[in-house]
Amino acid sequence: MGKSVVFSRLTGANVIASNYPGTTVDFSKGIMRFEGEKYEIIDAPGTYSLEPSNKAEEVSLKMFKQADIVINVVDSTNLERNLYLTLEILEQDKPVIIVLNLWDECKHLGITIDDKILEEILDIPVVTTVALSGEGIKNLVSRLNEARSNDDIKPTSEEGRWIEIGSIVKKVETVEHRHHTIRDRISDLTIRPVTGIPIAAGIIFLSFWIVRFIGEGLIEYILDPIFSNLYLPIVENLSEIIGPNFLHTLLIGEYGVPIDFVESLGMLTTGLYIPIAVVLPYIMSFYFILSILEDTGYLPRLATLVDNIFHKLGMHGHGIIPMFLGLGCNVPGALSTRTLETKKQRFIAATLLAISVPCMAQIAMIFGLLGSYGLYYIGLVFISLAILYIVIGIILNRFVKGESPEIFMEIPSYRVPSFKATIKKTWMRIRWFLKEAIPFLFLGVLIINLLYAVGFLQWLGDMLAPVMQGLFGLPGESSTALVIGFLRKDLATGMLLTIKGMNAYQLVIAAVMLTVYFPCVATFVVLLKELGIKDMLKSTAIMVTTAVAVGVILKLIFLGV
Amino acid sequence: MANILLLSQLTVNQRAKILNINGGFGFQRRLRVMGVREGQIIKVVSKQPFRGPYTISIGGSNITIGRGMANKIAVEVLR
Repeated sequence: MGKSVVFSRLTGANVIASNYPGTTVDFSKGIMRFEGEKYEIIDAPGTYSLEPSNKAEEVSLKMFKQADIVINVVDSTNLERNLYLTLEILEQDKPVIIVLNLWDECKHLGITIDDKILEEILDIPVVTTVALSGEGIKNLVSRLNEARSNDDIKPTSEEGRWIEIGSIVKKVETVEHRHHTIRDRISDLTIRPVTGIPIAAGIIFLSFWIVRFIGEGLIEYILDPIFSNLYLPIVENLSEIIGPNFLHTLLIGEYGVPIDFVESLGMLTTGLYIPIAVVLPYIMSFYFILSILEDTGYLPRLATLVDNIFHKLGMHGHGIIPMFLGLGCNVPGALSTRTLETKKQRFIAATLLAISVPCMAQIAMIFGLLGSYGLYYIGLVFISLAILYIVIGIILNRFVKGESPEIFMEIPSYRVPSFKATIKKTWMRIRWFLKEAIPFLFLGVLIINLLYAVGFLQWLGDMLAPVMQGLFGLPGESSTALVIGFLRKDLATGMLLTIKGMNAYQLVIAAVMLTVYFPCVATFVVLLKELGIKDMLKSTAIMVTTAVAVGVILKLIFLGV
Repeated sequence: MANILLLSQLTVNQRAKILNINGGFGFQRRLRVMGVREGQIIKVVSKQPFRGPYTISIGGSNITIGRGMANKIAVEVLR
């Protein structure tokens, strides 16, 4: 762990780093300039050996083969284990420089490593760093050109390497016995089931409470006042200037009707209001909390506690990480399925993500849609989705062929997250959201207006009315939300508000179906790449079937026959 | 007399030395590169209920390991 932090320090590029193995699932490139020379630095996913055990590690191996120089970032608190990869790398005759990272952690753990002797034995430059604080990075940069290969280290057997490692460790490392610290005690309490499960429930509840508290606060006290007091008059003036024509419909909404930021469906009204004043506050607060959970190192402990449940769904505890990331946005969630070992696990994780994990943009809109009816109805949506996650998971586990290996993951030491790093990471994700969401929302509003103008949406609504009404108890117009949902689910959820006369139960059914039936286009593209066409078709068939089945079942439960 | 058990038979807080790992070559290798090797001293940190995974501490780091895997590791209990 820590490679991405070293990478950020070297290149100034921003990549997401966390306190658990498997955060980096793809490579990132960045440029480092030093003494007039340009170096391209590549950040690769972490691996324990050159024989990959999952898709993320396959990426590492590919990057390794292309590299001119290898910067081998070693977690110095686990020198012995990490030297295995180091020896494998050194056997390959590529110039190497070794970075002993987490150097400060060693002192806490009572581990002393003589980096000079290690350098002498391996005949490879060794530098020590604390990447989080930047300590030692300058030294790494200035010694980069000393990177060299060691021809004396010849390819050998696995056993040969362990013998070699044993003799190296004996010469360079001393470990003092140390007593249980408070940090160890907290670690034990959060991973033992008797105390760990209540703590986990508390942490999850508290996290969502804080997300909602911050999100609502930002909307009520900052963003809504800005939109209704400052922005509305500007749009109203603009409305007069443009006058009644198609441009007005497109930019602002129907002429002569009071402007409603959610329902007007104009680019400058709904197209800006939804991403900035409804979704963004929740995105900010969610990613702030997620960063803290990631950087403390809590998530792998949670994965251990829920391993049992996820095993029944054909995955193992690590499956909770795609789910958690997916609650922010399904795209990074889908990418993180790479850390699962087998095709079966990845297929199940990705399909369940697409079916029953709504992204924060959609969650924010569901709050907006059902908030006025009470928490009960919001609860119904999430309970329906949770039941689906488990039921579909159990079914897929039975019928999808392949292996579901057990959990095998490193649990990092707890760390107090730095405020600066948390803010930076939250900001990176917010910027990413704005860059992704606003163009798609604009496009969505544009398409809605064009389709309305040519009469397509009315025609579709009329045509599907018997199906929507008969199967799901929904008005025909709600089918238009399903069409737009492919572009952006938040916008589609917002469209439900414009349909008059839907009761709370109908909104619950529509919100659940909108989550289940299909992923948004951004997620779809990523899933297609991750799963391949054949599996994606299967996955899609499962989604559509599930959506229809769920719609019918919910109609029977909530609306009667 | 040496007290030989499977890792899965240990109780929480018990310390033991790994004697050998049964299983395929790939499996053994995967365990070893994460530090779970013959001769290493481990301590059981936690056991999850209903045949859930074990968390063991080994050489200063903690690792969560599935029950089936723990069944394939023979250990000698240390006092």
